[in-house]
Amino acid sequence: MPLEVHFEKKLPSYTLSADFSATEEPLAILGPSGSGKSMTLRCIAGLERPDYGTIKLNRRTLFDSHQRIDVPARHREVGLLFQHYALFPHLNVAENIAFGMKAPADADRGARVRRLLSEVHLEGLEHRLPRELSGGEQQRVALARALAIEPQALLLDEPLSALDTYLRSKVEQQLILALVQFRRPALYVTHTMEEAYRIAPKILVLSKGKVAAFGSREQIFRHPPTLDVALLTGLKNFSRARVVSAGKIEATDWNCVLSCDADVSARPAFIGIRAHHIRFATSFDEANSPNAFPCWLVRTSEAPFRVTVYLRLHSPEGEHHHLQAEIAKENWFQFKDQPQPWRVLLPPKDILVLPS
Amino acid sequence: MATDLSPVWLSLETSITATVITLVLGTAAAVWRAHRRGIGPALIDGVFLLPLVLPPTVVGFILLVIFGRNGPLGRLLLRFGATVVFSWPATVIAAAVVSFPLMYLSVRAALEQLDPALLQAGRTLGASEWGIFRRIALPLAWPGILAGTILAFARALGEFGATLMLAGSIPGKTETIPIAIYISVEAGEIHQAVVWSLIDVAISLAMIVGMYYWTHLQNPRAQAAHR
Repeated sequence: MPLEVHFEKKLPSYTLSADFSATEEPLAILGPSGSGKSMTLRCIAGLERPDYGTIKLNRRTLFDSHQRIDVPARHREVGLLFQHYALFPHLNVAENIAFGMKAPADADRGARVRRLLSEVHLEGLEHRLPRELSGGEQQRVALARALAIEPQALLLDEPLSALDTYLRSKVEQQLILALVQFRRPALYVTHTMEEAYRIAPKILVLSKGKVAAFGSREQIFRHPPTLDVALLTGLKNFSRARVVSAGKIEATDWNCVLSCDADVSARPAFIGIRAHHIRFATSFDEANSPNAFPCWLVRTSEAPFRVTVYLRLHSPEGEHHHLQAEIAKENWFQFKDQPQPWRVLLPPKDILVLPS
Repeated sequence: MATDLSPVWLSLETSITATVITLVLGTAAAVWRAHRRGIGPALIDGVFLLPLVLPPTVVGFILLVIFGRNGPLGRLLLRFGATVVFSWPATVIAAAVVSFPLMYLSVRAALEQLDPALLQAGRTLGASEWGIFRRIALPLAWPGILAGTILAFARALGEFGATLMLAGSIPGKTETIPIAIYISVEAGEIHQAVVWSLIDVAISLAMIVGMYYWTHLQNPRAQAAHR
């Protein structure tokens, strides 16, 4: 593997243990704030020193506590894109990008700066100062500056978090293209699950400094290994669980017994279902299937094209909801005026089983 | 009207030399101290800042003890045939010591206000520590360094107590403007004191205006920032 990371570092509230490797394709590091994502990048870049372990990039040892190797940041050839870009405010765009270039010849340097500027679509802005640029432009200058040293690996620390939503999706598409062209290990730190999924085919989930999941994005979203990972990947509905028999499991918080296709022999502690997998029974057969239950509407929350409905099972009495379902608005308008209770359907194939 | 302008040249030579020394030592001390934590650096801080809080006469007396014939540095210098007390270098030493804390504090504050991410970015881009200081820290801390230089020069120009203790008031050798004013007033030559005072005001103003324009010529981007 081009990038191999195995280290531990004691932090004030937990011990960060980073243990993963990366290929030439982007790897997203997903985790809530304070889970050690940025610290992991800083250790790889050489800005922080792990307590022990090894970091290897293309078979070159960057850090090895046992052999007392700690290559200084300036010799690591690792590009780091800072969360707030850290552009040098007293240097113009061209000078920022050329800062790390080794080429002594001025003409050559100028040509390379112009090529990088055109790669990030910033032609003609050479002489602007960072404060004269928009957030999206600053972000692209920072990317060009990190690429200018021809790094062996690229580390991106929440590169879109300082941008407004409108710019974000546009810059994200450009970043995805840049990462595809980079063809070297790229680590992309984010706390947004959708961003992680769109950016990288593989995802590493960090939780309180530990690797909670590491694998292909489909695998992690379809079969999250723990409740923490499931919640990080956007799971909204979960309940404590008790196995009744093969394929039958009791959701104790929802007070119902569910059929599920997943293997329950490992006696899962929780079951869950994603909000967009919940449906409403539309036929007599569906309404009488084992995973259909009567439900009452508690409240709704409308987005432009989708509606989140909060549902209570079994009885209309009570304040709190059991399930939240996300449905397209056209469907919602079709049955919102139908008499309650409705029949909510939790498809057996979509039930997630989660260990404790 | 006296024609002996030696106090003016002495004051200028002393203040400029002391400011240059302070600029180098104060900046070096600030670089060493910035972003350093712990008891040791904090104690050394106390020593660095002592000349700011002590009465100048006390500073002068301490310097006299250190550089005197029986003092640790005085004896060492005597071995090379040099005496500092009551000589021109004594005026420079006194002025440099009392102006040092102002330079040190200004530069340190400027360095500590730098965004650490900028220095770290420099490191990941392959710059050496010296390169980071020269290409990032120095240009960005420049306003603070300039402020420290002006303060230090002003303090050096006005230095009286410590200078009198360590260098005395030898006309043409250690008699700077502040000392000349004191001697004039003591001798009842009020007009002479007024002349010296006006010259002092003119030097101070010229220095500040000159520094201001010089930095703006040096740094066209600072002009752009004010547009």
